[in-house]
Amino acid sequence: MTPLALHGTGRATGFSEGSGRTLLRLRDPADTPSHAADAALIRSTDHAVMALLQGFDTFVAIGDSEPGSGANGRRVLLDNRFSHLTPGDILALDVPTNRVRVLWRSESNHNSFLVTERCDHFCLMCSQPPRNVDDGWIIDEIYECLPLIDPSTKSVGFTGGETLLAPDRFIPLLGAVGRLLPHAGVHVLTNGRAFSRAAVVRNWAALQHPDLWAGIPIYSAVDTIHDYVVQSRGAFDETVLGVLRMKDAGQRVEIRVVLHALTAPRLVETCTWLARNMPFVDHVALMGMEDTGFALANHAALWMDPLDYGPALTDGIAVLSEAGIRTSIYNLPLCVLPEGVRPWAVRSISDWKNDRPDVCSSCSAAGRCAGFFTTGKTKFSRGIQPIAEPVTFLGR
Amino acid sequence: MSRFQTIDAYAPLDGQLALMPIRFERLSPERVIVANTVGDILVLTQVEFERLIALDLRPGDGLYERATERLLVAREGARAPLQLLALRLRSRMAFLRDATALHILVVTLRCEHSCPYCQVSRRNTGAERYDMSEETALLALEVAMSSPAKAIKLEFQGGEPLLNFPLIAFAVEAATRMAEVKGKAVEFVIATNLALLDDKILTFCQNHHIHLSTSLDGPADLHNRNRPRPGGNSHALAAAGIQRVQEFLGRDRIGALMTTTDASLDRVEEIIEEYVRLGLDGIFLRPLSPYGFAMKTRWYDGYDSDRWLTFYERGLRHILDLNHRGIRFPEFYASLLLQRILTDQPIGYVDLRSPAGIGIGALVYNYDGKVFASDEGRMLAEMGDQTFELGTLGKTDYASLVTSERLIDLVGGTLSQTSPECRSCAYEAHCGADPVYHHATQGDAVGIKPLSGFCSRQKGILRILIETLERGGRDAAVLRSWVSR
Repeated sequence: MTPLALHGTGRATGFSEGSGRTLLRLRDPADTPSHAADAALIRSTDHAVMALLQGFDTFVAIGDSEPGSGANGRRVLLDNRFSHLTPGDILALDVPTNRVRVLWRSESNHNSFLVTERCDHFCLMCSQPPRNVDDGWIIDEIYECLPLIDPSTKSVGFTGGETLLAPDRFIPLLGAVGRLLPHAGVHVLTNGRAFSRAAVVRNWAALQHPDLWAGIPIYSAVDTIHDYVVQSRGAFDETVLGVLRMKDAGQRVEIRVVLHALTAPRLVETCTWLARNMPFVDHVALMGMEDTGFALANHAALWMDPLDYGPALTDGIAVLSEAGIRTSIYNLPLCVLPEGVRPWAVRSISDWKNDRPDVCSSCSAAGRCAGFFTTGKTKFSRGIQPIAEPVTFLGR
Repeated sequence: MSRFQTIDAYAPLDGQLALMPIRFERLSPERVIVANTVGDILVLTQVEFERLIALDLRPGDGLYERATERLLVAREGARAPLQLLALRLRSRMAFLRDATALHILVVTLRCEHSCPYCQVSRRNTGAERYDMSEETALLALEVAMSSPAKAIKLEFQGGEPLLNFPLIAFAVEAATRMAEVKGKAVEFVIATNLALLDDKILTFCQNHHIHLSTSLDGPADLHNRNRPRPGGNSHALAAAGIQRVQEFLGRDRIGALMTTTDASLDRVEEIIEEYVRLGLDGIFLRPLSPYGFAMKTRWYDGYDSDRWLTFYERGLRHILDLNHRGIRFPEFYASLLLQRILTDQPIGYVDLRSPAGIGIGALVYNYDGKVFASDEGRMLAEMGDQTFELGTLGKTDYASLVTSERLIDLVGGTLSQTSPECRSCAYEAHCGADPVYHHATQGDAVGIKPLSGFCSRQKGILRILIETLERGGRDAAVLRSWVSR
C-alpha cells in the first residue's frame, strides 16, 4: 500500500537557460498541440515519432530511458513510478532542480490544489503539518494552471495550510475558477475563522458561484476541546461566528468532525449541538483520522479504535438525520462501522492515496468501501475483516 | 519539550466563565431542570446545580462540558454563544412576521345541539337573527385580506355553522376571488358537529378543498351525555359523518377535537380507542375552558388541573403503547410542545405563544359584525364581558384593530418573557401567554400563575414530556417521531 507518486525528480533537457517553474500539460502524441504548455506523453519510439510529426516541441517520456526520436526540443524523463500519468494531466517542472509535481490528474475525481503551507492552526492530528514559509507564488501557479484544465471538469478542491489566510488573493482565484471551470463543484477546506469578518463573507458571496462549498471543521461543541485540538485559543468562537455569517449570507457550508480519542467520546453531544444550533448547515462529515503527519506524533493521545466509537456514530447520525441534516461518514472502511450506519459511508479517500490490505481480497463490499489511507502509517482497527454477505443498502 | 500545548492552556481563565441567562425549576428535592432562553434543557442533581450556579466548573469534569454544550455557561467576551442564542430566538419568534394568519367567522350562533359545556353560548335553531349576513361577511373578508400574512386560514365557527351553509358558500367563493387578487393563499376550515352534513355540502367542500374539524368526546354513551340533541343521536351522526368525509374527501381532510368532562376522567383509554376505531389520525386531549355554559352549568368545576393531568398522563401512556404496536397516532398537544422543545421552528399556535396570539395571531368576526381578539374573547362577550372586543366591522380596518390601544395593552402587558413567575420559569420558552383565560378566571390578564389552572397544566404536561425524553428509550423515540421538520 503506497500512494501514487505525485512528486519526484525527473531529468529535463532542452529547456532554455534561466527557465524556472514551467507548467506542462500532457497530450496524447496523436493530438495536435494547442498551447505552449502542451507536451506529448510518450512511452515508445513510435509515440515519439508521432508526436514529432504532430508538431510537438515538448515531450514527457516515462520509463528507464528516453525513447530515441532524434527530436530536439524540450524533454523530460520520468521514471516508472509516474506510469500512472495520462493525457490531460498537468505537471509543474522546476527546471533548475529537475523537481516535478503533478498538479492535476485528469482521471481523478479528487483533484485538489494546495493553496499554501502556512496555517494559523496547529491541529494535533494535522495530516499536512504547516510550514511558515513565504509561498505566495503557489496562487500564481494555480492561475497559470487553470486555463490548462479540461473546462468540462466536474470538481476541484482547495486545501492548505489555511486557504483563507490571504482572502484578498484567494477569493479572486475562486472567481477565475468559476469562469474557467464553469461545470466544476468547488470545495474549499478552511478553518472558517476568516469568515468571522464580514468583508470576507461579502466577497465570497459576491462570487455568486452556483456550487461553491466551504468545508469547516468543528471538533466539539465545547470551546476548550476544539481550541485544544486545533491548538489555538479563541478558535471555536471565531469558527462558529464564521459559519453563522456564511449561512446568513446563504453560502454552502459543510461541517467536518474528525473522530479520535479527543472528539469521539462526545460525538453524540457534538451532533446534538449541531442539530440544535446549526440545523441549517448543508452537510456534516464525520471523518476517520488519517494516520500521517502530526497524527503520528500524537498517536498515543489520539488513537481510538473506530469500533469503540461505533455506538456513538450510530446515535450521532440518528440525531443529525432526525434534524434533517445531510450527513456522511468519511474515511472509514465499512467493516468497522455498525451495520446500521453503513449506508452513510462514502468512498471519500482520494484515489491517489487509497488502497486496501490483503485481508480485503475476499470482501464482497470492497467496491463500495472507502478503503484505507496509504499515506503515513495506518493503524488498523481490530474490526478489519472481509464482509462475507453482500451488503444490502436499504434506502437512507 | 513538545511543540503542542496541553488542554489546560485552552481552559477558561480564572473568573472568565459566566452564566448565560438561565431559568430553573426543581423537579424533586434532588433534581433540578435548567433551561436557557431558547429552551435547551439540562436535568441536574442538586449538587451539580449548586456547582453550576457557583461556576465551580473545569474542563474535564463533565459538568463544564454539558453546561457549555447547552449554552448555560460561556466565557466572558465570547461572541458565538450569544449569537447562537440570538439567532435561535429570532427563529422561534419568526411567527411574528406573518401577522394574523387565522380569521374566524362566526356564521351563526344557532345550534341544534344543547351541550351543557357549550363555551360559545349557543342559541336555538329558530333564532335567525343570530346569523351572519352577506354584507357582514364581506366586511370581515376585507379585513382578513388586508392582514400581512401571505397565507391565511379562514375558519367557520358557530353555533353550528352548517345551519347557515349558504353564507359559508358565499364567503368561500368571495374569499377565493379576493385572495387571487391579493396574491394570498387561503385555506378553509369548517368547525362542525357534522349532524347536518349532506352530499351538497360534501361536494362543495371537495370543490374548494375545505377541511372539516369536528367534535368527538369518546364512545357513544359518553359523547351523547356531553352533547345532547333531539333524538340523542349526536354520536351516531358524528361517527357516520367522519366516515363519509373520510371516504368522500380523504382521511386527511377531517380532524376531531375532544373535550374532557368529569365523566371522561376514568375513560381515557376508551376515548382514544374510539378515535382509532374511526380511523382518525390522532387526538387532542383537551380540557374544558372557563367560558359560556361550562361556567353557568358549573361543568367547568367538575375537576381540577391535578385530576386532568392524571387523565392526560394515563392517556399519553395508552397512546405511546398504541404507537409501540405500530399504529402511528400522535397526541396533538404533545406534538405541538415537542416541536418547540426539540426544534426552533416558529410555532405560531395562537393559543400558546408570547406575544399572545390575540389579534396579531387571530381575529374573530362575530355574526353581528363585532370583531374580537380571539375565539375565547367572543365567548366572554356573550357572558357580558367586552374586554376583548376590538371594534365593529364597517367602522374599522385591519390596522386600527391590531394597533388599538386596548390590544397593545393586552399583548404587551402579558408577555411571558417578562411576567412574574413566567420570566423565571424553566418552561417559558415552550409556553405562552393566555390573557383571555387569566382575565376570565382571575380578572387580570397576567394573573397570579401559582393560582392558574393553565399554568399548572402546562407545567405538568411539559414535565411529563421532558422526563419521558430524558429517560430515552422507545417512549422518547415515539415522542421525537411526532415532530415534523
